[in-house]
Amino acid sequence: MSTAPIHAANPEELREVRFDAAMESQIAELLTHYPIPRAALLPVLWLCQKRYGWIAPGVMEAVAARLGLSPAYVQGVVTFYTMFHTTPPARFVLQVCTTLSCAVCGAGELLAHLRKRLGIGPGERTPDGTFQIVGVQCLGACGSAPVVQVNDDYYENLDPAKLDALLDELAAAKE
Amino acid sequence: MEPTLLKARGLEGSRTLASYLSRGGYEGLRRALALGPQEVTKSVIDSELRGRGGAGFPTGRKWTFVPKDHPGPRYLVCNADESEPGTFKDREIIEHDPHLVIEGIAIASFAIGAHTAYIYIRGEFVRWANLLEQALGEARREKILGADVLGSGYSLDIWVHRGAGAYICGEETSLLESLEGKRGFPRLKPPFPAVVGAFGKPTVVNNVETLACLPSILTRGPAWFASIGRPRNTGPKLFSVSGHVVRPGVYELPLGVTFREIIFEHCGGIRAGRKLKAFFPGGSSAPVLTAAEVDTKADFDACAEAGTMLGSGGVIVLDETVDMVEAAANLAHFYAHESCGQCTPCREGSDWLVDILHRILAGHGRAEDPDTILRICRFASQGMTICPLGDAFSLPISSIVSKFRDEFERRIAAATPAPPRKHPVLPWAGPRPGFGR
Ligand SMILES: Cc1cc2nc3c(=O)[nH]c(=O)nc-3n(C[C@H](O)[C@H](O)[C@H](O)COP(=O)(O)O)c2cc1C
Ligand code: SF4
Ligand code: FES
Repeated sequence: MSTAPIHAANPEELREVRFDAAMESQIAELLTHYPIPRAALLPVLWLCQKRYGWIAPGVMEAVAARLGLSPAYVQGVVTFYTMFHTTPPARFVLQVCTTLSCAVCGAGELLAHLRKRLGIGPGERTPDGTFQIVGVQCLGACGSAPVVQVNDDYYENLDPAKLDALLDELAAAKE
Repeated sequence: MEPTLLKARGLEGSRTLASYLSRGGYEGLRRALALGPQEVTKSVIDSELRGRGGAGFPTGRKWTFVPKDHPGPRYLVCNADESEPGTFKDREIIEHDPHLVIEGIAIASFAIGAHTAYIYIRGEFVRWANLLEQALGEARREKILGADVLGSGYSLDIWVHRGAGAYICGEETSLLESLEGKRGFPRLKPPFPAVVGAFGKPTVVNNVETLACLPSILTRGPAWFASIGRPRNTGPKLFSVSGHVVRPGVYELPLGVTFREIIFEHCGGIRAGRKLKAFFPGGSSAPVLTAAEVDTKADFDACAEAGTMLGSGGVIVLDETVDMVEAAANLAHFYAHESCGQCTPCREGSDWLVDILHRILAGHGRAEDPDTILRICRFASQGMTICPLGDAFSLPISSIVSKFRDEFERRIAAATPAPPRKHPVLPWAGPRPGFGR
């Protein structure tokens, strides 16, 4: 199984967002889980990120309107958490864990290798929009350090050779 | 010891309901429903089970804090945030035995009278959230969950709620804020969640591993559970061992084994024939222990006596090659990144620590730095903050400075003065009069 690329909708498309019937029915289902609509905010944001690839201002406005919140409130929540993309992400977001167990088991080596191979470091992306590197905190998989999360998937016990094989596979992935 | 929590690890198809039922699954819930809430709570009190999430609070006692006569709903929340560095045990349970977690949630929910429960799982755990969703789907289809749990008339819904990347949301009141669709700012306690929790209603928050202990307490009895370990420190415990050991991973062992046994017997000792230097016994928020303290027993009270804590049971092992100043800087960075920013001692203190530690690493340490670090740590702990994150960085970092002060001083002795900064910032201007007195 290979990690699916993120398809980030372009900002133009997300200027004004209207949820289609499929999204509406999923949101309606989520709302049944909670006593108040606001509690569905995180799940609805996840739904949007899956659908559009990122949380554009237009998405925040649509979510706010649907849940009876202000856009500013939604933005406040979105930006508190690290996992919501507020700009269009690359197709593959490489989240390299840099916390202690990974750090002492080769995370630095992975970052150096990524720098050599892709020419980018944490906070940067390749010009073709294929890869983006993010240095992240403990991913809860320290026993198989070092760990990199690519989009939704964990890759564990990595070393530069395994990382190379992974990057080759991802770069070759079809749309 | 025969595994209880990791019984399913290595079994073919262990995640399915069929496999779980074939291993006696949901028998504990059946017994609980027959016993009634009070008897279930009594069994859990008698088992002396203490929370596996970090604080080690007696689980049965926590349940009794839920007001009996409170009108309206109450909630059970399963804490699957698992974001304490060095901890990866809840993921292991979910990976192999999601129904064990669901059964535990159902038992606890029944005991406190909740009809809705949430599993708050960290956002990164997409795969494990999906595994839980699949298992919940099976349980709903087979009428183990829903309007009539196992034909008892008791109703229960369990929903998975994904976080979105924030260590602080593992702290129970921050978690509740996040569950309510807000930023994860911890709440002042009291009131405690058992009285005013999710949506203003009485709520019990329990860790995945705590809940996973419940089915066997009901099927095998509290006396069986209490026979493992020693009084007040009973039952099996999962230890997540990471860092420089030969065989890192999750180990299920009775509370009270020594760290020597964990590190040198179960995990095969230190990698590459090197020597043990230090280890964090209970996640990165626990004060560090040195190689000389490796005979400490791994249970709540023994760790407290040794001046540290069992925490989540995440054992981070460091060998002789690790520079403890770097280790301190790495952790300071983690906590500075994860501080929610509500309290000055935590927000500013953690950033200040990062500044000082990085300055020492850059070769510009000053003689007063170790004491400044200790003072910042004193100021950010001892109840000076809304939630215990202040303690969570103060205790380990001050323990590193206290126990490995020579490493700091060696760097400082060889240091050169820092080049003047273009824009001086207060924390760089040296200790301020009155701070921390
Ligand atoms: C900063 C901080 C982070 C925490 N992170 C977690 C966590 O990731 N998982 C967890 O179960 N408990 C975590 N806790 C502990 C919870 O607040 C709470 O005590 C626990 O979930 C209660 O469950 P238990 O009684 O079963 O141990 C954390 C506490 C603090 C102060
Ligand atoms: S101690 Fe830190 S994390 Fe906790 S509430 Fe205060 S600022 Fe936030
Ligand atoms: S330190 Fe990297 S996964 Fe925990």
